[in-house]
Amino acid sequence: MPAMRDFFQRRGKFRPEEADDDRADHHIPEDLWIKCPKCGELIYSRELAREGRVCPKCAYHFRLRARQRIAQLVDPGSFVEWHAGVRPQDPLAFADASGTYDRKLEQTQSKSGEQEALIVGRGAIDDIPVSLAVSDFEFLGASMGSVFGEKLVRAIELAAEHAEPLITVSSSGGARMHEGLFSLMQMAKTVAALARLGRAGVPHIAILTDPCYGGVTASYATVADVIIAEPGALIGFAGPRVVEQITRQKLPDGFQTAEFLLEHGMIDMIVPRPELRETIGTLLHHYARPGDRDRAAERAPLAVSHE
Amino acid sequence: MSNQTPRSAPALSAWDRVKLARHAERPHTLDYLRELARDWVELHGDRAFGDDRALIGGLATLGGETVMVLGHQKGTDTKENLARNFGMARPEGYRKAERLMRHAEKFGFPVVALIDTPGAEPGIGSEERGQATAIAESLLTMADLGTPTVAVVIGEGGSGGALAIGVADRILMLENAIYAVASPEACAAILWKDAGRAPEAAETMRITAADLAGFGIVDEVIPEPAPAHERPEEAIRAAGEAIGRHLADLRREFPAGNPEAMERLRAARYERFRRIGAWREASPAANGLESDPLLPR
Repeated sequence: MPAMRDFFQRRGKFRPEEADDDRADHHIPEDLWIKCPKCGELIYSRELAREGRVCPKCAYHFRLRARQRIAQLVDPGSFVEWHAGVRPQDPLAFADASGTYDRKLEQTQSKSGEQEALIVGRGAIDDIPVSLAVSDFEFLGASMGSVFGEKLVRAIELAAEHAEPLITVSSSGGARMHEGLFSLMQMAKTVAALARLGRAGVPHIAILTDPCYGGVTASYATVADVIIAEPGALIGFAGPRVVEQITRQKLPDGFQTAEFLLEHGMIDMIVPRPELRETIGTLLHHYARPGDRDRAAERAPLAVSHE
Repeated sequence: MSNQTPRSAPALSAWDRVKLARHAERPHTLDYLRELARDWVELHGDRAFGDDRALIGGLATLGGETVMVLGHQKGTDTKENLARNFGMARPEGYRKAERLMRHAEKFGFPVVALIDTPGAEPGIGSEERGQATAIAESLLTMADLGTPTVAVVIGEGGSGGALAIGVADRILMLENAIYAVASPEACAAILWKDAGRAPEAAETMRITAADLAGFGIVDEVIPEPAPAHERPEEAIRAAGEAIGRHLADLRREFPAGNPEAMERLRAARYERFRRIGAWREASPAANGLESDPLLPR
C-alpha cells in the first residue's frame, strides 16, 4: 500500500495517449482505463487511485471499497481491524428465487473478499485515536444485518470505553432483508449504543457516501454530532424509484443529492474527498480536551475487553 | 389472490395473517382508546411544521394511571384513509412522537405505543423534511427514555416507520399482527423480481407474532380466538389486559420518581436490544485485539 499522502498529491494530468503501455493503442483493458460516468473522461486506473478515486477532470467521486476508504482516512499504518471474527448466520433459513441466503453469503464473501459488510477498528487521524466503522457497498449493498449491527455496537462501546471519537462512513441500500426483523432491530440496537456514547460525551462524526438509504440513513448515520456528505452522493430514506412510483410525480432536480440535503438542513457540510481527512482532523482537535492524549496513553495499557 | 378473509383456523399461512393484519375493519388505535382509555386528550403537532394525522398521541387514563399513548392511525374508509394517509407517518409525525415521549419522561408518564402502519411515507415532501432523520431521532429518544415503555403491534408493523415508536421495554403483538423489515410485496419485488410472489416472501420472512416470539424479539403474543375485526372488543380487551400487566410489572421493578430506577430501566432496555441478532464468532484471535499498535504490550 503506498503512503496515503500520495493519494492527495496532485500529479500532472495524465494523458491517455501518453501511456507507455502499448496495449492502450489497441483497446482499453478494464483494469487500466476507467471511464468517468459523469464526464466521460478516460482515466488511467493508477491515476484514479492517486486521486483517491475522484475524476481529475470533473471531480466525480467514484465509490470506494471499505478498505480503500480506511486507507485514505487514517494516518498511515495506524489502522487495526477489530472483530473481524464476527460472522453472519442464517437465522430464518432464508431462500429466495436465486437460492439460499447461506449460499448467497458464501458467494458474496468469495467475490468481495470480505466476511461482512462492515469493517470496524481503531486508527488515528492526525494523531488522534478514533474508533472507525466503514461499510462496504460491494458486500450485498452494505445492507445492515446482525453482523453489521453487532460490529458497529462493539465499535461504539469501545469508543465510549476509551473516550475516543467515533467515525462512521456509510453507504448502504438499507436493511438486509434476508435476516428479516433481526435486521430491522439493528437500527434500534445501534442507535441505543449511540445514546450511551452521547451520554459519555464522546463525539460521533458520520460521513455519508453514495448511495445511502433506508435503515442506515434512518438510524445511526443521521443521529451523529456532525454529519458530512461527499459531493453528489445520493442519500435518502426511500429510493428514488419507490418515491416516483408511489407519488407519480416527477422528482425535483437534484432530489436526494448531498447538495439537496444540505439545502434542506439535513447535514452539516459537503466535503470533497481530498479534503475529508483534514476536515475530520480539524473537527477532532476541537473535541479533544486538554490532557486527553495523556489520559489516552495512560488508558491504553488497560487494553480492550474481549467479548 | 383471493380477497376473502381467512378464518382464524388451525393453520393460517403468513400471507393469511398479512391479510388479517391489513383488514380494513381491524380495530385501529382510536378504537383501542375508545374501549380502554378514559379522559383521552389528544395532543397535536410537532411545533415545527405541522400535525400528522397518521401518527397520533395524547394523554389517557389506562389501568388507573395517566399514560402517554402514541399510535399510528389508519382509516376505515377511503375518505378517512386519505386524511390519515393510510397510517403512513411523515417526518412531522415522528417529531411529534418524539416530543410527546419527552413530555412523558418529564412528567413520569409511561408510554404505550400502538403500532399499525404499512411504513413511513415515501414522498417527496417527506424526503425534503428529513424522513430518515426524523425516524432516527425518534429511535434515539425512545432508546434512552427515562420512563417505562410498552409497544403493541396491533396490525401492520411496517419497517422503520413502525420501529420508530417501537424501541420499548416490552414488545407485544396481536396474534394476527405482522412485523417485517419490508412489506412482503417489496421483498418479493426485490429478491424474487416479482411482487406477485409476496405470499411466498411473507412465509420466508418470518413475520408472524409466533415467529418473532420464537426469536425472542417479541415478549408476548396476545391471542385472537377470532380475528380482531370479527370480535374487536375481545381483542382490544385482551390487549388492554396485557398492557396493564406489563406496565404494572415495569412500575414495580422501576418505581416512578426514582432516578436510580430510571438508570436501571435504561440499562435493561439497552441489554434487551443489545442482544438481538444472529451471528457466530470465530476465534478471538480473528478479532485482532492483540495486534493493536496503539495498545502497548
